[in-house]
Amino acid sequence: MKTFSDLIVCEHCDSVYRRRPLAAGEAAQCGRCAAILYRARRYDVDHWLALTLAAAITFVIANVCPIIRIGFQGMRNDATLWDSASALAQGPITIIAAPFALSIIVLPCAQIGLLAWVLVYARAGRRAPGFAPAMRALAALRPWSMVEVCLLGILVAVVKLSHFLQVAPGAGFWAMAGLMVLITLIANRDVHRLWELTEPRPPLGAEE
Amino acid sequence: MNEIPRARQLRVVACHGCGLVCEDTLDESGNARCPRCGAALRRRRPDSVARAWALLIAALILYIPANALPVMYTRLFGRGGESTIMSGVIEFWRSGSYEIALVIFIASIAVPCAKFLTIGLLLTSARRRSVRAMRERARLYRLIELFGYWSMLDVAVVAIVSALVRFQALSDIEPRIGILFFGVVVILTMLSAMSFDPRLTWDGDDE
Ligand SMILES: [Zn+2]
Ligand SMILES: [Zn+2]
Repeated sequence: MKTFSDLIVCEHCDSVYRRRPLAAGEAAQCGRCAAILYRARRYDVDHWLALTLAAAITFVIANVCPIIRIGFQGMRNDATLWDSASALAQGPITIIAAPFALSIIVLPCAQIGLLAWVLVYARAGRRAPGFAPAMRALAALRPWSMVEVCLLGILVAVVKLSHFLQVAPGAGFWAMAGLMVLITLIANRDVHRLWELTEPRPPLGAEE
Repeated sequence: MNEIPRARQLRVVACHGCGLVCEDTLDESGNARCPRCGAALRRRRPDSVARAWALLIAALILYIPANALPVMYTRLFGRGGESTIMSGVIEFWRSGSYEIALVIFIASIAVPCAKFLTIGLLLTSARRRSVRAMRERARLYRLIELFGYWSMLDVAVVAIVSALVRFQALSDIEPRIGILFFGVVVILTMLSAMSFDPRLTWDGDDE
């Protein structure tokens, strides 16, 4: 089957374009539906991997440190993400603990792990074992990873409880804010340019 | 109408998995796989319209119990009571937290309703192969893709608040069944939007 690596098809309207190099900061926009086709590379694989490792560290901090500190008449209660998820799991509607834990603990963890795996190999210009399923998983997970929604949820919870309790965000909260930024930088729509970055090059002289 | 060629005119098809542009041999062979990532090549998402409708209607039906049933039980200093999504918004408004009331109203009521209307509109006009306001409809689709998941905010708030407030004798906050319905509604609308193929919006323009 013939393939055309110099072409790109807009995934929102099926318009066909020829790829051309972009200057830094530029983005190619579809002339028919105005969707973004592709962007200029903002960082190379090394930077990408460094950001992924930073995300992994922030993820650990966000999970270990308390995200919120509550005080009430001398009693104190520091809650981490894990405490919240396990408290939910013991409550009357146990089942809502599952999507909560999934969307803010399991999925970001999976995204970071998968990206680190494919990027380590991509540095050497190679496709990691299991590259195709990993890329498919990354695309499928992206819409369900909700760190930013959870962050706003914590803020609302703080306001809601501050009327009758002393509440303050803890170190885990700030780590989550950092994680939110890092995840949008590393696991966005542009992830599938890794396919192009790891394209096996034809041996020299074999080009027609 | 528009001089930019579309995939079918050039007899190519873009892989839904990795974006590689391949020769369109679907007419001859019936099914073909992407040589790069192995995903099945398809011109459109399969059963796009039927799936999107089914998920949308299921979401609409569940939206009724999600709003009518209590989402949270709060007991503070001996006084207990249940609240629904709307009564939660009103409570924030009364207590003077206007911004929070507005944020929750937008995330839990305005966004889901806008999503129902938008997906319904996209589906009906795609079926009629309408050529009106195609750019605007394409924008609408991208908007709901971008903001749709923020509706999960209320689920996150209930989860966090009820997980945090555990001062045994003094106060207690527990989730109630309504929040479960609401979470399912948000998931269904997200799935519905994902099933809809935005390329259908432009298919009326072909002839
Ligand atoms: Zn387009
Ligand atoms: Zn492919």
